[in-house]
Amino acid sequence: MSIKQNFSADALPDFRNLGVIARVLLAVNAFAFAAALVAEPAWGAALDRFLRAAALIEPILLATLVALYALSPLLARLAYWQGCAAVLALALALSGSVHVAMVPADNEPAALLRSLALAAVTVASLLAYLRLLTKAYSPALAEARLQALQSRIRPHFLFNSLNAVMSLVRRDPRRAERALEDLADLFRVLMQDSRSFVRLADEIALLERYAAIEQLRLGERLAITWELEGAPRDALLPPMVLQPLLENAVYHGIEPGTGTGTVVVHIERRGARVLARIENPYFEEHARRAGNRMAQANIRERLQLFFDAEARLGSRVAGGRYLVEVEIPYRPAEA
Amino acid sequence: MSPLRVFIADDEAPARERLRELLADIAGELPNEVTGEAQNGLEAIERLPPSGARVLLLDIQMPGMGGLEVARHLAGLATGPAVVFVTAHDRHAVEAFELNALDYLMKPVRAERLAAALRKAAAAGPPPKQQLAHAARQPREYLSVVERNRIVLVPVREIVFLRAELKYVTLRTRGAEHLIEEPLVALETEFAERFVRVHRNCLVARAAVRGFERAAGGEEDPHWNVVLEGIAERLPVSRRQWAAVRALVRDA
Repeated sequence: MSIKQNFSADALPDFRNLGVIARVLLAVNAFAFAAALVAEPAWGAALDRFLRAAALIEPILLATLVALYALSPLLARLAYWQGCAAVLALALALSGSVHVAMVPADNEPAALLRSLALAAVTVASLLAYLRLLTKAYSPALAEARLQALQSRIRPHFLFNSLNAVMSLVRRDPRRAERALEDLADLFRVLMQDSRSFVRLADEIALLERYAAIEQLRLGERLAITWELEGAPRDALLPPMVLQPLLENAVYHGIEPGTGTGTVVVHIERRGARVLARIENPYFEEHARRAGNRMAQANIRERLQLFFDAEARLGSRVAGGRYLVEVEIPYRPAEA
Repeated sequence: MSPLRVFIADDEAPARERLRELLADIAGELPNEVTGEAQNGLEAIERLPPSGARVLLLDIQMPGMGGLEVARHLAGLATGPAVVFVTAHDRHAVEAFELNALDYLMKPVRAERLAAALRKAAAAGPPPKQQLAHAARQPREYLSVVERNRIVLVPVREIVFLRAELKYVTLRTRGAEHLIEEPLVALETEFAERFVRVHRNCLVARAAVRGFERAAGGEEDPHWNVVLEGIAERLPVSRRQWAAVRALVRDA
């Protein structure tokens, strides 16, 4: 899967898109109504003024939209700012002609100028609004969001791990070496491209590397039970979905305790779904203070970007244990 | 010069090990000896006083009790240790240390920095209580009483009421009573979530309030007494606090 697309800077809105047309119609009328309300304090009078204004505004609006619809392919060829200028010129020309045609000739030129100024302001605001809208829904933004959501390892973990490795350097250089290899692997994955799927087997290997480092640091305080017999190792999933959950389990379930705590990692396939569950001892006080919603909200959003509504992430407390569960559709990697 | 007596408190064995190694490395320029170790906050409180340590290397993130709270209780000792906080990464804590002029080291610790921090801390002595209190971001989980160079901890959640009496504050749990030397106003601010003021001189645990009875002798102030769970003694509610206290119970 890829949500990567060419990132083009700014582009004119698609004037043949129903959504764009509807937004323009609504916005202009709302703008006119608001102006009428500002001018006339009484509702009746305001409505009256709005209707009178509409008699002039609607023809201009419709003429402009039809013209833009027709010229859309030509406009699309211009650079963004040139396109904006063209749209503005078109709207002004049409406003001017409709004004001259509909308002009696004896009217002073100031009224025409006012109409043109209003048209210019309206066009400029609409273009700015549509530009923001395009940006908000662009694939480039979705990609940027995914990058930003790329899970990060807690600095707490990094520095404590480095500290633990340093304590090994003199006593047990071999073990120190292995721990640094594990850390390197972990960071390699962390800095990888976050847009492609990984195999469950790789994510499990990552969990094991991470666990080895934590074990070094926490010693007998950390016991991990791996229940991976039913895990479909060829399943595809977004990278770094399970590791942050295991990191959370250690941070919230083991570190606040003085004794030994057990973390269970359970992964299995259930028909067309893959289910992963990580559980740890629950410390109410700690949970209340720290709150680990960040990592979970982050993973949930990433799952959504990858699987839309097909993935699920939930957590609950049961019998003094904290359980977090991830469910994703089973999509095997091609062998 | 006699060696500097150092105590190490950190929940991670490798971290303690590393500090020991570094202390050995700098022993040439700064003679020192490790007089004890603790792997959590409660252990540090229990073991430090008899160890005679002059400087405590104190991890701030520990199970049971965090480093900052440990330091606050140790500050009650007549001859408490100087404290050098150690942290891997805690921006908020570091900001608080900077702001309150408390000494700290970042993990992984460097030998030169360790030597400098120890020298400075040994010269300066124990950190002032006030600075520690300012650096704390959370209320303590315990209040402490020092009895002959031993620190007795009373869990805050077990306290039923706190009453100011002349120089001291009486701290009452279901089973015991202690005198502590802290102003009631400061306690009220720190534990606002847990205690409510019923009288000029008294804070009671919100969770312990069972109800109210009309005080005997009706006419004069106070009119009502508060009934507390697990304690026979009735405490007067002042007229001034009555509305607030009653509303609180009604809401519960």
